[in-house]
Amino acid sequence: MTSRLPVRKTYKLFIGGAFVRSESGRYDRIEGEAAAAVNIPRASRKDVRDAVAAARKALSSWAGRTPYNRGQILYRFAEALESRAGDIGAERSEVEAAIDVLVHYAGWTDKLQPVLGGINPVAAPFLSFSVPEPTGVVGVIAPDSPPLLGLVAELAPALAAGNTVVAVLSDARPLSGLDLGEVMGIADVPGGVVNLLSGRRAELAPVLAGHHALNAIVNATGESTLAAEIDKLAAESVTRVRHTTASESYADATADPLSRLEALTELKTAWHPVGA
Amino acid sequence: MATQEQRTSIRWDYAPAPESPDHVRLRDSYGLFIDGEFSDPVDGTRVPSVNPVTEEVVAEVAFAGPEDLRRAVQAARAAQPGWAALSGLERGKYLFRVARLIQERARELAVVESMDGGKPIRESRDVDVPLAAAHFFHYAGWADKLSYGMGGRAVEPLGVAAQIVPWNFPLLMAAWKLAPALACGNTAVLKPAETTPVTALLLAEILREAELPPGVVSIVPGDGAAGAALVRQPDIDKVAFTGSTAVGKDIQGALAGRGISLTLELGGKSANIVFEDAALDQAVEGIVNGIFFNQGHVCCAGSRLLIQESVAEAVVGKLWDRMNRLRVGDPLDKNTDVGAINSREQLERITSLVDSGEEEGAVRRSVVCELPSRGFWFPPTLFTDVAPAHRIAAEEIFGPVVSVLTFRTQAEAIEKANATPYGLAAGIWTDKGSKAFEVASALQAGVVWQNTYNHFDPSAAFGGYKESGFGREGGMAGLRPYLRVAS
Repeated sequence: MTSRLPVRKTYKLFIGGAFVRSESGRYDRIEGEAAAAVNIPRASRKDVRDAVAAARKALSSWAGRTPYNRGQILYRFAEALESRAGDIGAERSEVEAAIDVLVHYAGWTDKLQPVLGGINPVAAPFLSFSVPEPTGVVGVIAPDSPPLLGLVAELAPALAAGNTVVAVLSDARPLSGLDLGEVMGIADVPGGVVNLLSGRRAELAPVLAGHHALNAIVNATGESTLAAEIDKLAAESVTRVRHTTASESYADATADPLSRLEALTELKTAWHPVGA
Repeated sequence: MATQEQRTSIRWDYAPAPESPDHVRLRDSYGLFIDGEFSDPVDGTRVPSVNPVTEEVVAEVAFAGPEDLRRAVQAARAAQPGWAALSGLERGKYLFRVARLIQERARELAVVESMDGGKPIRESRDVDVPLAAAHFFHYAGWADKLSYGMGGRAVEPLGVAAQIVPWNFPLLMAAWKLAPALACGNTAVLKPAETTPVTALLLAEILREAELPPGVVSIVPGDGAAGAALVRQPDIDKVAFTGSTAVGKDIQGALAGRGISLTLELGGKSANIVFEDAALDQAVEGIVNGIFFNQGHVCCAGSRLLIQESVAEAVVGKLWDRMNRLRVGDPLDKNTDVGAINSREQLERITSLVDSGEEEGAVRRSVVCELPSRGFWFPPTLFTDVAPAHRIAAEEIFGPVVSVLTFRTQAEAIEKANATPYGLAAGIWTDKGSKAFEVASALQAGVVWQNTYNHFDPSAAFGGYKESGFGREGGMAGLRPYLRVAS
């Protein structure tokens, strides 16, 4: 009996709904979680800019969908991840926790407005109301551990609130994140809504944080030096920043979801006269 | 056809109607309000606060030096655990007291606000002071209901808040900052603006009268350098700033890596959009209110007027007529619509930007009116033939100057309105409700006024998108920046 030669996967960046190599042609060699070492694309500054442009382009259509529709797409994302759980380069338990995070936030899309917004009881003849809207294009700096769940825990609230995302994956453990791109490709997540970059965090995160078309950045690495650098760059265009440290406890991935959602929404207040 | 009979022209002149400053009791000199006492600055100075109308001194005011700021932060730190340990109801009762005292001293506060800052008494009397009281009253009631305002989460105060307010609504902005901070159990160090510190010091008297525990609020006037030094104090947990985008960026950068919660309410270049189906006369009133309210010294001023082409000529004609009926002059006169420019420095900034408008080819019309020979004044001004790239269309002028641009379609109006790094406010004028709501949802602005402009309420969130800042003030959302979710 002849042994069959397995078909290996070529890992690619996920930008604008397409699987692409880094425009720089660079790669890094990564130790696989289970199998042999693999090559992954080492994204460049230009790839970051392309990803932000793709996220910006996808924003108005994603933000403009009904919350019901966004919720269904997030749920579909969870379904697709469940069905491919065995193909993701992460522990089964971590994948399952990530699926549950997606389900949790699929249910948030149409709850955010009643929880954060409402009619303001102003002392004048006006209908005044406040509604949360997406902040815009959000950068996510994923932690090294847990690499998949830590990414999804920040990605899901950003998407639920109507934002689009550019994520920089863990340097050391990017494979599960890159696998996630393939899941989104079959889960009705529109192209450009999520963009995934592998490479070197120290090179990519500052470019992302300093990009003037980025509206907010979530740094889940817990690294204080990186946090200070991100803060400084974000100040150049009043970019919103949230720093957090990804927890190893799977239950923490949905801890205080409202704070994660609030950090990526803008409250808009509208006034309309009542009467003449 | 009968020719129309020539009508006798009637002049509707106004007799002077000055508000009397007789009941105002100002001291000649005010110290720093630290730890419940007015005290001499240790390493600060004493600076006269000037009335922009008469260029006379309203009062001499102590400006804080670095050691004074340190003392104020220290007092706030020492007072914080005790303040937070009070029951919410008790904290709220102090704030209710403050609201009542502001109401009791409303007339005095309004007059002093107009003397120190140059804004018409009609505005300080009807807007600034009542809204300041209302803010304290609103947040007083939140103090024992905080978790309800936070989606049921258990919460705790951040600690010591450093708060910096601008010169355009001195007392009102102090109320916007202090009321939510205190309701949430924080203590505060407030820095009023360089040119308008006096009503904040009257507020300090009110806080004493309310028997607020010492150190819960310190009020330390100073210039921009003092503000920069305050946010760099080591022992603070929160910074809240209202002012220019440039200074806001500096503060955000200065806090880098410090893990300090930050709220920024920054500049704007807000679009006021007039559609062809709007009630044009009503729109003109709203345009006037949008840009000439408080001499245009308003972060959310409707300074970019976008008019649909088909009605542009008509609207500009009506607006110009209306502008010529604005009464510019003594802020203490109850008939005055447009008062004095806040300071010489601001007058120079407005003048230089208006000059740039002319140099870049926009067409300027300024109301010809008799301006007092002393003080700082700028006539209401309208620019037409403005290109989006002109400085007067892109930069915040913060004065009584409106730039008119036109559009053909709704999509173009939205695109032009959003084509700015700012995102504070916008106005929409149309008689079609569905259009108003559609456009409102497409505008990247924290506040959208439909068929009205420049309305504020303590129960309604206010704050910017994009480079107009982050965080909200007012309403339930205004609690969030002063609380952390308990772990």
